[in-house]
Amino acid sequence: MQRIQHDETDQSDELNESSPFAPQTPQEVDTMLSAIGADSVEELFDVPEAVTFDGDFDIEAKSEFEVRRDIENLLGQNADGTEFLGRGHYDHYVPSVVDYLSLRSEFLTSYTQYQPETTQGFLQALFEFQSMIVELTGLPVANCSMYDVATALGEAALLSARVRETSGSRILVPETIRSERHSVLENYADGAELTTETYPLDEGNTDLDALSDLIDEDVVMVYAESPTTRGAIEERLPEVASLADDHDAAFCLGSDPVALALLKEPATVGADIVIGDASVLGLSASHGMGLGLFAVKQAYLRQVPGRLVGASETANGRRAYTLTLQTREQHIRKERATSNICTNQAWVALRTAIHIATLGASGLADLAEDCVTTASEAAARLDDVNGVSAPVDDRHHFREFVARTERPAADVVSELADRGFLVHEAGDFEIQVCVTETNNDEVDDLVAAVREVLE
Amino acid sequence: MNYRQATWERETDSGEPVNEPLLSEKRTGTVSHDDVDLPDELVREELTLPEPAEPEVASHYTRLSQMNYSVEHGPYPLGSCTMKYNPKFTEDVAGLDDGAIHPDRPDEYAQGTLAVLHGLQEYLAEIGGMETVTLQPPAGAAGEFTGLLVARAYHRSNDEDEKRREVIVPASAHGTNFASAAMAGYDVVELPSNDDGRVPLEALEEAVGDSTAALMLTNPNTLGLFERNIADIADVVHDAGGLLYYDGANLNALLGRARPGDMGFDIMHYNVHKTFASPHGGGGPGAGPIGVVEELTEFLPDPHVREAEDGSFEFYEPEESIGKVHGFHGNWLVLLKTYAYISRLGDGGLKDTSAMAVLNANYLASQVDLDIPYGPFHHEFVASAGDVDAAEFAKGMLDEGVHPPTTKWPEIVDEALMTEPTEALSKEQLDVLAAAFTETDRKTSEELSEAPTTTAAARIDQASAARNPQLSWRDVEGHDE
Repeated sequence: MQRIQHDETDQSDELNESSPFAPQTPQEVDTMLSAIGADSVEELFDVPEAVTFDGDFDIEAKSEFEVRRDIENLLGQNADGTEFLGRGHYDHYVPSVVDYLSLRSEFLTSYTQYQPETTQGFLQALFEFQSMIVELTGLPVANCSMYDVATALGEAALLSARVRETSGSRILVPETIRSERHSVLENYADGAELTTETYPLDEGNTDLDALSDLIDEDVVMVYAESPTTRGAIEERLPEVASLADDHDAAFCLGSDPVALALLKEPATVGADIVIGDASVLGLSASHGMGLGLFAVKQAYLRQVPGRLVGASETANGRRAYTLTLQTREQHIRKERATSNICTNQAWVALRTAIHIATLGASGLADLAEDCVTTASEAAARLDDVNGVSAPVDDRHHFREFVARTERPAADVVSELADRGFLVHEAGDFEIQVCVTETNNDEVDDLVAAVREVLE
Repeated sequence: MNYRQATWERETDSGEPVNEPLLSEKRTGTVSHDDVDLPDELVREELTLPEPAEPEVASHYTRLSQMNYSVEHGPYPLGSCTMKYNPKFTEDVAGLDDGAIHPDRPDEYAQGTLAVLHGLQEYLAEIGGMETVTLQPPAGAAGEFTGLLVARAYHRSNDEDEKRREVIVPASAHGTNFASAAMAGYDVVELPSNDDGRVPLEALEEAVGDSTAALMLTNPNTLGLFERNIADIADVVHDAGGLLYYDGANLNALLGRARPGDMGFDIMHYNVHKTFASPHGGGGPGAGPIGVVEELTEFLPDPHVREAEDGSFEFYEPEESIGKVHGFHGNWLVLLKTYAYISRLGDGGLKDTSAMAVLNANYLASQVDLDIPYGPFHHEFVASAGDVDAAEFAKGMLDEGVHPPTTKWPEIVDEALMTEPTEALSKEQLDVLAAAFTETDRKTSEELSEAPTTTAAARIDQASAARNPQLSWRDVEGHDE
């Protein structure tokens, strides 16, 4: 292989031969080879000929400009449209300060804090993230992240089975759970020989009688969501919690940090585990990329999956932070670890913490209250349209709600998309609409479009 | 090297000196919701959180960043982590507004995103020698778990799941391999290394059988050694009816020179945050796509991306899909950066990457005066700290202005210092790193026990952190309210 002297060749040769991110000059390569005692770089590869790859990938190298231009062109093919989409992935405005601080290379290009003395900055930021989740949930232990809410739910199920004194194998989840989330849960549950079943909802909230009929001593975890996938605030959490408690099952609540800033503290309503997508703060719409929030009550501490940052002190008595209780983790406990998770979403947690710090208690509280107001106002406006009734569920809503349409929802969704508005199809005659500060200004236009489609 | 990390130590109101105080030790606010249109029983009584003004936020996090060592400070040779330079332009690509879309958009409204995903599937399949690739797993360990679910679905489809209950993992493998196998419901069979640090073929022959679901292998292995018997290993596993799984943590060594698919692997994961330079972000997010051979494509997670007859792209559910391993489509922004990086490098850049990574590791080793018992290694080597505790050695290295290697693993080398410089270190930086090894090796055990002295924090008491867990600011002793 011929490395090219960067200043002696034209652009195309350089692109074809060497990586712009490998700094060695040809002279240095020679010096290094002589120090090693090798004649060529090829000689350093101990790969049998039979498995040597001598072909090409046919991937053409490009300049930075070309890559950016080509990707901009590709992504430009995402059709224009105003999203009124939610159902577990939300677009809140992320202040510029979040980008500028989190993109500092000291944060972005570091790794897991295996050497705490030289990574105090990230450790403190993660410790503060954990602390914010503790404040929001009222539970004393929060880890520094799972991948997303779906995998957090899977981990919660495994934890629930581990902490039980008697064996059990059933997990109960609401029938309105996103099917994708349910599928991830089933994949986690399968390896531990757990099974999942859904319980029905009644007018958008848990059907307590049905849940009561379903639950027995074999249930290890009951999961509920507030707000639900359909945007309804769940009003029966204390009753769900006591049903679970009566059967020695863990009660896991799914929510998010914005909703938690407003709704009754999970610890107060009896949640043993809280999961959720914390990236509703910190990331704008990102095709489903998330940040799994994971908090538990004290008794579950030693069974928590993932990284935990703890405070300690240095040899000279100063406060310092470090990864702790690592004997739970895969790099020490191998197949007996609480989880296989290693790389997690730490940088997203940093962004979420910066976003929460920037909002402060009052900014976050205002944002949460707005989610109630905008949803109810938008529902009322759509309810005024002939052929629409909203909200379908006679509940309080957060960010989003379901509306009944006289025409088939598939047609309504498609005709709204033609007019530049994207909403969910939530049932045969149901559409779902999500409103945050990023699209609230366009609710008027959405209502006008719905009117066109339905009247 | 004369090195000193920034600190911001000052006395708090309680008289206790601390580095940058916690956000909660600055201004906090407590709010209640008096005007919201909800019944009282649904609303929390109050919420207390830090309430800094934006300039205070900026100052706080800038100071924290300066107490954090990163790739751009200097050498960060954590073995098996591939801490390479993260090109800046990929961040701008990830910040493009057109990429910021909701995952539930209909396919026809997400053609750009689908085109990128499909393009990356193709790139990775080509690089790994695989039939196709799913991008859904959000990290390497998630890729392992996904791969084992695919293996399990395959055995189920042959009515063999009941008997194939074991996954074989070499003792030197990453801890995630064991944990992922257990999570997928398998019993783990550990295979010791032979004297030259590789998989012992005879022991493998004895270990495999009707109960074998898969063998998980890293190649080059964690010692940096290529498993020269890989074709025989593949035959042994396949003859027993098992599948061969490739842990892609060390793929940086082989880019463009050998492909797991050509070696006989059936399933592999890629750590894009290692091999393809998406930033590690202090512990994530990464992405752990998995590639599979043709026979396994129908088991891949739902949804997969394909090109339709009219040239558009679409999501579809593979016929015997295992279902989902992420709530949506994985870590999109990370995947986008990966696509940008591979597009930038092309064939030549990818091949040069492995060449320079292997050259750098071999050159660094030639300049390090410690015992390196196993070779010939590729992109990483494992040196022994000898009589010195490797963890102590690492603390000594911190004072030389570099990040130390991975320590005490793999266990086959006493007091292991697992070192991976990557292609991104210049010769000058490699010399700095070599000098750090040499300087540290000269230090007395007393000097090491007092190290580090140049970092934001002196040696931290990890044992008491675990004995007396303080996991939020509510728990912190001397917490300044």
